[in-house]
Amino acid sequence: MQKFEYLKPLSEDEAISLLEKYGASAKALLGGTDLAVMIDDEMVTPKVVIDLKGISNLMRLELRGEYLYIGAGITFNELIASKIVKDHFPLLWETSRSVGSFGIRNRATLVGNICSAVPSADSAPALLVLNSSVEIRAKEGVREVPIDKFFVGPRKTVIQTGEIVTGIKIPLERGETGASYIKLGRYDGEDLAQVGVASYVNSDKVYRIAFGAVAPIPVRAYEAEEYLKGKDVDEDLIEEVKPIALKAISPISDMRASKEYRLYVSGVLLKRSLFASSRRLKKLGPAYGEHLV
Amino acid sequence: MKKEITFTLNGFETHVEVEPHEKLLDVLRDKLGVKSPKYGCGRGECGACTVLLNGKSVRSCIIYAIEVEGLEIETLEGIERDGLTDLQKSFLEHNSFQCGFCAPGIIVTTTELLRNNPHPDKNEVKEVLSGHLCRCTGYNIVVDAIMDVSKDKVGGKI
Repeated sequence: MQKFEYLKPLSEDEAISLLEKYGASAKALLGGTDLAVMIDDEMVTPKVVIDLKGISNLMRLELRGEYLYIGAGITFNELIASKIVKDHFPLLWETSRSVGSFGIRNRATLVGNICSAVPSADSAPALLVLNSSVEIRAKEGVREVPIDKFFVGPRKTVIQTGEIVTGIKIPLERGETGASYIKLGRYDGEDLAQVGVASYVNSDKVYRIAFGAVAPIPVRAYEAEEYLKGKDVDEDLIEEVKPIALKAISPISDMRASKEYRLYVSGVLLKRSLFASSRRLKKLGPAYGEHLV
Repeated sequence: MKKEITFTLNGFETHVEVEPHEKLLDVLRDKLGVKSPKYGCGRGECGACTVLLNGKSVRSCIIYAIEVEGLEIETLEGIERDGLTDLQKSFLEHNSFQCGFCAPGIIVTTTELLRNNPHPDKNEVKEVLSGHLCRCTGYNIVVDAIMDVSKDKVGGKI
């Protein structure tokens, strides 16, 4: 059993100075649904665990003019319960419902999900197609990193020692949009994704596509988005864009699926996601949260 | 380094000395004698260790006891303090468990569901049960027991 010291700062400043003091031997704790397991598995061996749940600044979930601000302490169930999220960011709402299980979502945070940076992180494809950015604080000040520059490898992000992620910003869309996240697991419930696909389209026929669990990091398929721009999706167009989109991914085989299966099913899910997003743009359903697999 | 923490356990102010790395589940079971939460997977996946933290179901096997300083913990012992609840009675009527290992966790989570939403539909019930592994029942009789309470509930206690 690994031992560590536990500290609970009450402000961001205090947290930052503790992180500076303890450096790489410190780990920040929010919901702990990943961290406690990683400590048990000795994947990380912190000497100091810094619990950020005492910092009231991190518990904010609010619309600030042109964007939604999600503080680091906001859990998935808090996102699901939020009317603002349900009404204005239905893709985030749909995605949040796919994370872990109900009891995990009571504890696990959106920020924790991206900081753990596993390739299958359910929130990542949605945050990617929503053009989110990550607010990171250090002693020197605050910096903002676009989500597509945030992940650098499996379980690796741009966060440096001494920094904490304080929140996520998602731009508010004024016009009509349609979006969807499809997660394929081995069964319904709390399985990790074998493949996750998010897509987005707006009334200007601008498309965004992102994949999870099929590359070292969650990825956008920019080339495919460019190809679709200005067009209406139909069966033929999707068959044309599929190989272009799949160039963005490089799946591996693991206990959940083989790379061949992942590659094939990524194309299938892309098609279903693009159709669902296009139909949602036109308000033809399926409703957000409905099963799309 | 040991530290004394204070929290509310099933309505009573409770003091206990803990090491920072000690899990809430172990402290409840081994130091405080609260045995309804069970150690199943130890990774937050099976739901056997579920307790309510400020009214919300959480996995006590992946929460450090020191994190609950000043907060409220409710276990099955607290939920049934005034006698078996309607939900528990329904479990008995439907024979909704065999070995019983998963039952405390399922009842704790479902209690949270019913307190916030007294009439959940079947899909909502199944959604919260997806975080609980039961290897005996096949779940149907568990869902039946919960749906019975959902249907009958008219202001009675959950």
